[in-house]
Amino acid sequence: MRYEAPQSIEAAIDLLATVDGAYVLAGGTDLLVKLRAEMLEPDLVVDIKRIAGMKDITPEDGGWRIGAAVSGAEMGEHAALAADWPGVVEAVGLIGSTQVQGRATLAGNLCNASPAADSVPAMVAANASVRIVGPNGTRDVPVVEVPAGPGKTTLAPGEFIASVFLPAKGAGASDAYLRFIPRTEMDIAVVGCGVSLALDGAGKVTSARVALGAVGPKVMLVDPAAEAILGRTLDDSALDDLAEACSAAASPIDDKRGTVDFRRHVAGVLARRVALIAATRAKGEPA
Amino acid sequence: MSQIHVKTTINGDVTEFLCEAEDTLLDVLRDRLGMTGSKEGCGTGDCGACSVTVDGRLVCSCLMLGAEAEGREVATIEGMATGDQLHPLQQKFIEMAALQCGICTPGILVAAKSLLEKNPDPTEEEVRYWLAGNLCRCTGYDKIIRAVMETAADLRRAS
Repeated sequence: MRYEAPQSIEAAIDLLATVDGAYVLAGGTDLLVKLRAEMLEPDLVVDIKRIAGMKDITPEDGGWRIGAAVSGAEMGEHAALAADWPGVVEAVGLIGSTQVQGRATLAGNLCNASPAADSVPAMVAANASVRIVGPNGTRDVPVVEVPAGPGKTTLAPGEFIASVFLPAKGAGASDAYLRFIPRTEMDIAVVGCGVSLALDGAGKVTSARVALGAVGPKVMLVDPAAEAILGRTLDDSALDDLAEACSAAASPIDDKRGTVDFRRHVAGVLARRVALIAATRAKGEPA
Repeated sequence: MSQIHVKTTINGDVTEFLCEAEDTLLDVLRDRLGMTGSKEGCGTGDCGACSVTVDGRLVCSCLMLGAEAEGREVATIEGMATGDQLHPLQQKFIEMAALQCGICTPGILVAAKSLLEKNPDPTEEEVRYWLAGNLCRCTGYDKIIRAVMETAADLRRAS
């Protein structure tokens, strides 16, 4: 194995293009585990952390551009980012331990392509996009289009994510993320749910995005769930409809962490709770 | 494949080493530099026994390549005491018997020191969450948590 730490995106693209079996290293909290388990035996590892901008959180068009190597801990410490997108920040903060937070990244969580990745439903709810760079140029892609299935992404060979973009959150808007795990920390989501919504002055939902994780081969954006609460205040009736839409959309598998029935039920329960937290935040109240 | 030459700072000392691309920082510390205080429990970032700080940030040295340490500032358990003078956390762990077999102890001390530098007055809950990535199979954690809380209180009184 060869290790390279290029100083520019162009140099990284050139390196990735020259070697079959090259892998990108940002936080490394998934890659190094796979190296050790010999699940991967790369000829080349390209460390992108020395490239300008990869460790930066930068305001852009009212939103935020987050470099691909920004760690969860750095996001959590960024007060303005956490104020705009508390759901995304709390989701990334649930990944692993303090030590893992010191290295793990949003882009890495997305590219590892686990159906249970915590930050991904939150990013999808937030309508986040990623900037993908590669030999055929640069393209911006919605986060929801990146996962292709467990462990697989839609990135072409030689491409990598340079940054994640969280759009302007808008007035009267906020987001939230919750997951169900049987422990209190250091676990993998049995179900995860992210909700981003905006309210008008009367508390009616004017826009919403609802995303579920760990209940299908990849993250899902649940349009019927968003439609169930659009134009309504979040009373019990609206929340029941939201929960029902999420349970109906979930298509989980049985495994050691949860059964199909349990996961379907929890998808609805979480959606109710997450929507209420997002709405509380959208009103400017502490949640 | 030729080895990689890395120049870094470890516990304040400029250090140079040669390593293979696949060597983790933990491999380098233990096998190339003879700094065996950092332990390998799992090698997959689950147990925290290999905890070090890099540029002040708590990480698992098993989840980082040695080559990535170029130009960084690494701090390990070996840098915690000052000569014969133990760090207050180390002293308190002895006084309160906050260890049994000791394998997890270096990682827990490094992690706890990192916590108290960021938050001198943590709640018990904050200590427990901060140390959730440091596994101990002997103590049941209670003495560890109490030792960290007591040290924090001592340090606040002293400052």
